[in-house]
Amino acid sequence: MTASDGYVLLALVLIPIGTSVLLMFTPSKERGAVIGITGLSSLAMFVLSVYAFAMYDFEGEQFQGMLTIPWVSNVGLLGEKGIQLKLGLDGMAATLVLLTGIITMAGTWVSWKLTHRMKDYFILLYLVAGGVYGTWVMLDVFFFFLLYETAVLPMYLLIGVWGSTRKEYGATKLMMMLVGASILIFVGIFGAFSAAGLGTFDMEELFRAGETGLIPRNTQILLFPMVAVGCGTLAGMWPFHSWSPDGHASAPTSVSMLHAGVLMKSGAWGVIRLGFQMLPQGAEYWAPALMVIGITAALYGAISALRQTDLKLMTGFSSVSHMGYVFVGLGTLNVIGMSGAVLQMFAHGVMTALFFLLIGGMYDQSHNREIPNFSGMAKQMPIWTIFFVIAGLASLGLPGMSGFIAEVHIFIGVFRAYPVVGGLAVLTAAITATYLLRMFSQAFFGEFNPRWSHLREINYRERAGATVLAITILTMGIWPAPWIDRVANAVAQTIPGVSM
Amino acid sequence: MTHNYGLLAPEFILFGFAMLVVAVDTFRSQFKVGSAVLAATAGVGALAALGASVAMAGVHEEFGEILVVDEFTTFFRILFAATVVVVIAMSHEFVGKHIRHPGEFYSLLLLSTIGATFMAAARELLTAYIAIEVLSFSLYVAVSLAKTDPRSGEAGLKYVLLGGVASAMLLYGLSLLYGSGGSTSYEVLREAFAEQAGEASALTLVGLAMVIGGLAFKASAVPFHMWTPDAYEGAPLPITAYLSATSKAATFALLLRLLSGPLEPLIEDWRWMLATLSVATMVVGNLVALQQHNIKRLLAYSSIGQVGFMLMALVALSDQSTSALLLHLSGYLITNLAVFTAVIAFYNRTGREEIEDFRGLAETQPYLAVVITAGLFSLSGMPLLAGFATKFLLFQAAASGGYLWLSGLAVVMSTISLYYYLQVVKQMYFFEPSGDASRWRLTPSGYVLTAVLLVVMVIVGLYFGPLYEVADTAAGALFA
Repeated sequence: MTASDGYVLLALVLIPIGTSVLLMFTPSKERGAVIGITGLSSLAMFVLSVYAFAMYDFEGEQFQGMLTIPWVSNVGLLGEKGIQLKLGLDGMAATLVLLTGIITMAGTWVSWKLTHRMKDYFILLYLVAGGVYGTWVMLDVFFFFLLYETAVLPMYLLIGVWGSTRKEYGATKLMMMLVGASILIFVGIFGAFSAAGLGTFDMEELFRAGETGLIPRNTQILLFPMVAVGCGTLAGMWPFHSWSPDGHASAPTSVSMLHAGVLMKSGAWGVIRLGFQMLPQGAEYWAPALMVIGITAALYGAISALRQTDLKLMTGFSSVSHMGYVFVGLGTLNVIGMSGAVLQMFAHGVMTALFFLLIGGMYDQSHNREIPNFSGMAKQMPIWTIFFVIAGLASLGLPGMSGFIAEVHIFIGVFRAYPVVGGLAVLTAAITATYLLRMFSQAFFGEFNPRWSHLREINYRERAGATVLAITILTMGIWPAPWIDRVANAVAQTIPGVSM
Repeated sequence: MTHNYGLLAPEFILFGFAMLVVAVDTFRSQFKVGSAVLAATAGVGALAALGASVAMAGVHEEFGEILVVDEFTTFFRILFAATVVVVIAMSHEFVGKHIRHPGEFYSLLLLSTIGATFMAAARELLTAYIAIEVLSFSLYVAVSLAKTDPRSGEAGLKYVLLGGVASAMLLYGLSLLYGSGGSTSYEVLREAFAEQAGEASALTLVGLAMVIGGLAFKASAVPFHMWTPDAYEGAPLPITAYLSATSKAATFALLLRLLSGPLEPLIEDWRWMLATLSVATMVVGNLVALQQHNIKRLLAYSSIGQVGFMLMALVALSDQSTSALLLHLSGYLITNLAVFTAVIAFYNRTGREEIEDFRGLAETQPYLAVVITAGLFSLSGMPLLAGFATKFLLFQAAASGGYLWLSGLAVVMSTISLYYYLQVVKQMYFFEPSGDASRWRLTPSGYVLTAVLLVVMVIVGLYFGPLYEVADTAAGALFA
């Protein structure tokens, strides 16, 4: 990437937020205009995301497309660098930018069928998108955290106003748990800033301070769990995950897609940025604990998913389980395991978005998500079923799908670090296969239940969205090199203290 | 000795226009004009004072032994003048419907602003005290001006009685400090107390405690906060807004002058007092707010909670924490005024003020719902709005000053505050309107005022550099 590509990164943040502002001044009656604006905007984001991913040179500098705009300096407690609008991309962020572009576009398409206050919905949804893009590309802790919180905030209204089942409960629980977790992130940031004593929120400076021990080791050990739990809560980290299944069960389709697909990843991203990169000595100390939590989450989520009959709850717990793998991967502290964690963030994001898209497409007609109520759906909705099976097979890690690439990295990494945990991880994969295949056989095959004969195939916009997601799953599964190259180089170079 | 009276030009303007408002009010009935002419007169006066204050930025000169006009004074002068402009602008419709004596209402607003500015400018104990009383007496009367609401008189009485006790305590404390230090001048006192540092006499300590207690009352810090919810609830809404803005900020201005000046040598003696007040205030304010059903009482308790956050900056007193505090104060004022403007517009239309009455506002008046939501989110420190940036820097300043535990507690309380703000947001967005569901329109002035405040709120939230620099200069004047 060249230096001017920094403006591409800035555009990725400003396009969605600007779209929100533009929509505020669009009359809500003009549905066509709203659809046009969001269509163009999401396409622009998608194109720029692909561009940023493609142009990222994984053999070049660590951070590329750097853009630094001085914001506030030499005032009060801020020194020379103070707070800057500083953007830059590393290999991990590049994959996550791509993920956001894909999911935002697909999510936009499927939301056009909303009838209730569609404009307001998009205003909030695009604020989430802008916030998430910001967390990938910002290299200043202040703006990183500002946009991180921006992404969380609209969820309350998105779920509360447009949600279904127990939406008020789901929205309040989600909001309070996530904002409550932010307390710990706040304290972590405050502590690191004061300990470093540099008077700057510049991430590169703080990363260096963490690596060289300018932030003392004991402080790092104290602060790392705060950051890890604070950000981990947004990533659905067990035992702070309980907002996630409830929130997903209540959320409207594209909110679930964006939330489970992208927003939860920004939680794990916070653990990497503020934890592993800013507090590496603390991370090294706590890595085994992270591993234990991760594998517990993976097993717990899988076993809970086994018990669910509601499709969305099952997917919600499956998300908890898959995000558990991410923490297992991070806990290995070796390049292959940690790369697996980031790849898993991407792979799980795409497949879970596909799950939620399909569940939403069906629920809007049937108003029912109980798995035992369905049977033989493959006869009534064959296309829907094919997409569902693709997502499911990716989820259980079938070779040739994106999930396999991610999980195989994590498994290799974890067998190197802690073979016992590796065994448990494989067991989790087996349980995942069990609940998914059982669900397939119950809902898709067998005798068709005539109660559902009024159901129609998902509409063409949903098909388009599902196609984009399915193609991504297969591409990454068959030709994973672009992802692996970017992520592995970034992990090896930007995270201090990882072993090969 | 000659004095440069030009230094006090904005205050003379305010005073002149306050008198003019009273004069116009006297002849109003003969010419059969409504209260609009009063609002216009007061508004012109406030704007003129604002203009004069801005024009006098950069002045650094002492007025005799009693006042000083420096960057710090100028900062608060502009802040207070701007606040009174906004309060006058938000009140017009309300005054016509609910205020018994509009002339007094506007003139008291202007007069109290003089008191507030002098609180920031005083460099001598008695002047400071008189300034406090100018502000307080104006507000005692203003609180009881609502004609339709019996709670207004009750609130005024409570406020004046409790305020009197606090004033007595403050004055007694000041006289003890005078007895111990031998002067009322901040400078002389500072030297006197510097000799006592570390081994302050009992006289000084009792005086110190009483001064802090008296000012804690004015700032409504727990446990001196009991008057606040009643006064806020009973007062006419614009006065509630004014109480939560100017009255509070002026007290902090005075506290900053005192603590960074004459009392600075005694820092180890008062630091723990303020830390205790800060913890009690943020905990009690935010927890009790969870129980409220009335929007004014909710905002009263939330403002108490905010005081707890602000006290934190005094505990970790330094030029850095002061500049962060001044930034936060400005952000808080802007946000609070936005919320109150919106609540007044709602009250003018519906005459209601329970939180449940906001049910379905997103359907009947979506713009107002957005303003209130943004304001409440900003108060709880949510991003893109003033609250996030200013709180972030305030809490960071406390943490950098060695009080990470205190700023950690503040973040916890700040999160709790989000819960009760969400109760209002929930009513507006999650439910259908309970009664009349037809859309209604805001008055043009309501539109303009809320829009301006909303934009300023977003600007302060994202591009706070310029304001922070001004605040830093103002803080620098204290720690020169």
